[in-house]
Amino acid sequence: MPSISSQQLADVVAEAVNAINSATTGDELKQVRTQFVGDGSPISVINSTLRDVPADEKAEAGKIVGQARGEINHAFATREAMILQAEERARLLTESVDVTAVATRRRVGARHPLNLLMEEMSNIFVGMGWEIAEGPELENEWFNFDALNFDEDHPARAMQDTFFVEPVDRHLVLRTHTSPVQIRSLLSRELPVYVVAPGRVYRTDELDATHTPVFHQMEGIAIDKGLTMAHLKGTLEHLARAMFGDGAKIRLRPNYFPFTEPSAELDIWHPTFRGGARWIEWGGCGMVNPNVLRAAGIDPDEYQGFAFGMGIERTLMFRNDVADMHDMVEGDVRFSQQFGMVI
Amino acid sequence: MRIPAGQLREWVEVPDDVTAEHLHDALVSVGFEEEDVHSSEVSGPIVVGEVLEFTPEPQDNGKTIRWCQVRVATSGDDAVRGIVCGASNFTVGDKVVVTLPGSVLPGPFPIAARKTYGHVSDGMMASAKELGLGDEHDGIIRLAEMGLDPEVGTDAIELLGLSDFAVEINVTPDRGYAMSMRGVAREYAHATGVTFNDPARAVTVTPGSGFSVTIDDTSPIRGVVGCTGFVTRVVRGLDRSRRTPPWMIKRLSLMGIRSISLPVDVSNYVMMELGQPTHTYDLNKLTGGITVRRAKKGEKLTTLDEQVRVLSEEDLLITDESGPIGLAGVMGGATTEIDDASTDVLIEAATFDPVTIARTARRHKLPSEASKRFARGVDPLVSRAAAQRVVDLLVELGGGSADALGTDLVNFEPRAAIDLPSDFTRKLIGVDYSVAEIETVLTDIGATLSTVKDGWTVTPPSWRPDLVDAPGLAEEVARIHGYDRIPSAIPVAPPGRGLSRVQAARRRVAQVLAGAGLTEVLAYPFVTSEHNALFGSVEMASVPEMTLANALDPNVAQLRRSLLPGILDIAKRNVARGLTSLAIYELGSVFEPVGPTGSTSIPIGNVRPDAATLDGLYDSVPAQPWHVAAVFVGPVTAKQPGQTVIPSGLGEALDAVHAVADAVGVDVEVRQGTHHAFHPGRCAEVFVGDVSVGFAGEILPSVALSLDLPRVVSALDLDLDVIIAAAPDHVVARPVLVYPAATQDVSLVVDQSVPAAEVRAAIIEGAGELLESAHLVDDYRGAGLDASEKSLTFALRFRATDRTLTQQEATDAKLAGVALAASRHNATIRV
Repeated sequence: MPSISSQQLADVVAEAVNAINSATTGDELKQVRTQFVGDGSPISVINSTLRDVPADEKAEAGKIVGQARGEINHAFATREAMILQAEERARLLTESVDVTAVATRRRVGARHPLNLLMEEMSNIFVGMGWEIAEGPELENEWFNFDALNFDEDHPARAMQDTFFVEPVDRHLVLRTHTSPVQIRSLLSRELPVYVVAPGRVYRTDELDATHTPVFHQMEGIAIDKGLTMAHLKGTLEHLARAMFGDGAKIRLRPNYFPFTEPSAELDIWHPTFRGGARWIEWGGCGMVNPNVLRAAGIDPDEYQGFAFGMGIERTLMFRNDVADMHDMVEGDVRFSQQFGMVI
Repeated sequence: MRIPAGQLREWVEVPDDVTAEHLHDALVSVGFEEEDVHSSEVSGPIVVGEVLEFTPEPQDNGKTIRWCQVRVATSGDDAVRGIVCGASNFTVGDKVVVTLPGSVLPGPFPIAARKTYGHVSDGMMASAKELGLGDEHDGIIRLAEMGLDPEVGTDAIELLGLSDFAVEINVTPDRGYAMSMRGVAREYAHATGVTFNDPARAVTVTPGSGFSVTIDDTSPIRGVVGCTGFVTRVVRGLDRSRRTPPWMIKRLSLMGIRSISLPVDVSNYVMMELGQPTHTYDLNKLTGGITVRRAKKGEKLTTLDEQVRVLSEEDLLITDESGPIGLAGVMGGATTEIDDASTDVLIEAATFDPVTIARTARRHKLPSEASKRFARGVDPLVSRAAAQRVVDLLVELGGGSADALGTDLVNFEPRAAIDLPSDFTRKLIGVDYSVAEIETVLTDIGATLSTVKDGWTVTPPSWRPDLVDAPGLAEEVARIHGYDRIPSAIPVAPPGRGLSRVQAARRRVAQVLAGAGLTEVLAYPFVTSEHNALFGSVEMASVPEMTLANALDPNVAQLRRSLLPGILDIAKRNVARGLTSLAIYELGSVFEPVGPTGSTSIPIGNVRPDAATLDGLYDSVPAQPWHVAAVFVGPVTAKQPGQTVIPSGLGEALDAVHAVADAVGVDVEVRQGTHHAFHPGRCAEVFVGDVSVGFAGEILPSVALSLDLPRVVSALDLDLDVIIAAAPDHVVARPVLVYPAATQDVSLVVDQSVPAAEVRAAIIEGAGELLESAHLVDDYRGAGLDASEKSLTFALRFRATDRTLTQQEATDAKLAGVALAASRHNATIRV
């Protein structure tokens, strides 16, 4: 009849705990586990004798054996956690790298600032409820000139340095402005019309520091009942402030365009322009000429409105201090990469 | 147009201390843009001197100089100066112009006391050329020849008008009247409120008669007769030794016109003053009267520049009984030109149709000061005054006498009256101008008004052909009262729908590619036919293309069919600049003419064309789809700590294809492709469904090398419009399955010619809906396989919608997939 004495258990526990606490590595701990925790360990052996304990002692014996096992397990778990923690710490140390010398795995890209600028300007108008209109770059002369009140013999038509496509009597030109989109919009959209047309345009200028034969414009047109030149001014003022901040001011000066009457030159003033606070010529604008409305079949006695346009290259030049047109057209990636994704 | 300030002062009150800035500000405010400032570039001290004595001194170089004593002041120590002079056209007692040390002549050419020919020359005696007063170079100025006898020491800058300056303004094409002092002075008066004195009214006209002029226009252009007015006057007995006075030379020079001879200078001066070009004939070279008519086909005229012009039936001619003697309004003929001996002249001041003159000037490439003015419209009522002004000046300055012979032909219909409702200006401009404000402006610009019910009837002045409707009149009111009066108001647009689906997709593509490490570029769309054949077609073949009639570079005159030529050229430029690791992209239009393009005629401008005509206009414009292209050169990244070079290649191009497709929301399929500009074994054709949308791959090495690029260059060019059109309106979501997955690998041996994608497609189709994903993890060739074989290993993941799969179910599905791959591609499981 075996009996389990407290002393015996205490000795077993002491021995096991001692061994557990002596382990310093995961491997040692594994060995200690086999020896003092697992099957065949002294405490397991004692535990297995419980079934031979007389019934009336069983409860008490079971209780003290269980306590002893608990002490050993607790000691093991505590030591194991300690060792794991120490080992993880050591590992993390070895995994340290110089974060200033980590290899990159990809290239860094960028948008072209002209496109970013057109998108930003478009967004301002979309925010006012306007929509973005588009049209072809190679255009029929009727849309580029005739419908915009450029008579075939009008001096203004000779003024435009137009690229013609062969054969010239087929009347195809590379659009000299985004204005043909105005007439396309008036022909195809329901009134009232409020649209902007950003895009590429062409003139026969040789590339130099301030000219390029291929450039970009943003054109806007609003046709509604009761629009006046005051609405033109307010819209342009809003655009100027949205793009340049509340310090921006605009000014209109009389000018001439065949498709507007009255016509005006648009100047913008800002305190932070390079070269100091000053007026800079920004674009052209005016009240849409009744002949343009007639070309779209709109009754000028019922509807009227305004139009405006500005060069994107020019805007980028004075807004972002770009000094030379070559930078915008050559495609040197260093130019776009200065901007990244932000204009 | 250049405006000498001193000349402007004759017709309007200009401040004594007027500056160029003041004139520009005033003229800008009424719509004349500032272009430039022209000054005489002369500064003092420049004075009148008297030659007291001189000694001729022959020099070793064969020249004889004169050592002169010149009195330059009435008193003082420096009143007499020693001056060396190379000219010999003067004598003792002559009054001359002395530029003293410290003065500056045009060049700039500073004058200092300097040692020369053994003397210290204390200044210089100036020639007309040296003072910017013309080309006269045969000696120094003798003031007596100009009819001047001023006191010694008089400031010669004031005396000769050398201190004047001119502002240059841009005159818009609608304002022909402002290409004259008369027009600009009127505008200066509008801007500043000073009184305007009309130079045309300063002339007292005595009409001539008896010289026969006939206008015989049998084929007017666009129904407009080519000539509606022809005034002639005669001056006889010109003293041809008379020179143009320095003030006139100075003014002409400030206006950019070179002095030629007194009669020519006077003609030019009057044109600048009144805006009316005039022509001066040698009266004795004319044969009979003048007839104005259209040229006959093939008729010839030798113009006064000695060029023989072959004429068009649209050209308007001035003829006499000898035949053509001038190209109306553009250039005179050689046979009746005045020469140095001409003493009797006929002056012509005519009124020509602007369109006729503009076409002729363009046709013969003869833009002149005269044709520019006629093309913009010359006041038809100023011709008499202009002819009289020429006569007066030739009498006064040239010693001639006015003859009674002449012509007084002026046909002028008053301009059409315009109804201007009283509220029109307010409704267009947004400013509530008073009745007085409107009436004052319209009167000031020269219009005549009559008040009618609720407004005015306005007759524009003879010099304003541009005023044809009420907005034009409203513009005058707004312009002259200043655009600063206009308030600001923001219109309320109806609710918009934001970016269109296509616009939003394009923006996403651009953003995603930039985010994927590519840099956006914008190339010119001008290419060569070779470029279009190489990149714009699949097989080397010429393709329909658009060609510019007036390309800047005739060798690069075609419009692109592909974005690749432009973007490869940009790659080349970057590489040449040492940027050898490159990933660039472009979104843009290509030009695809299909069938006949363009229209043989175009409708008139101010009427909406009928539906069929409009459709014809739309259809005349060739398709210009948006493409997206990219080019990759050099390593993705260079060697770095712990990482070798990541080379560029086909993979980058294909990743970009998928990035584009993902940005649009479309599934694309990549198939082995063939394109003559790409590597035959490294070219993918990209499909959306069964529609080919372009190619991606490595550029054919020989092509890359010929473009000065490295051997390995990857590229893609896709039709973005087609890809975007294929995008679904919205995404239909599938449920996310949450039962555990079963994963299995399978290695299949197939012939090397079988594309992995097709094997994968067979597995997916055969395995059925339990297969969630199939991922190629290895492509093995070599030991253990035949030379023609490869082993493709796929990682497969299975999942059911409603239960945990058993391994057996997964295996069954896998084998079903293998079975289909076996039957389609002879695939066998690799053991």
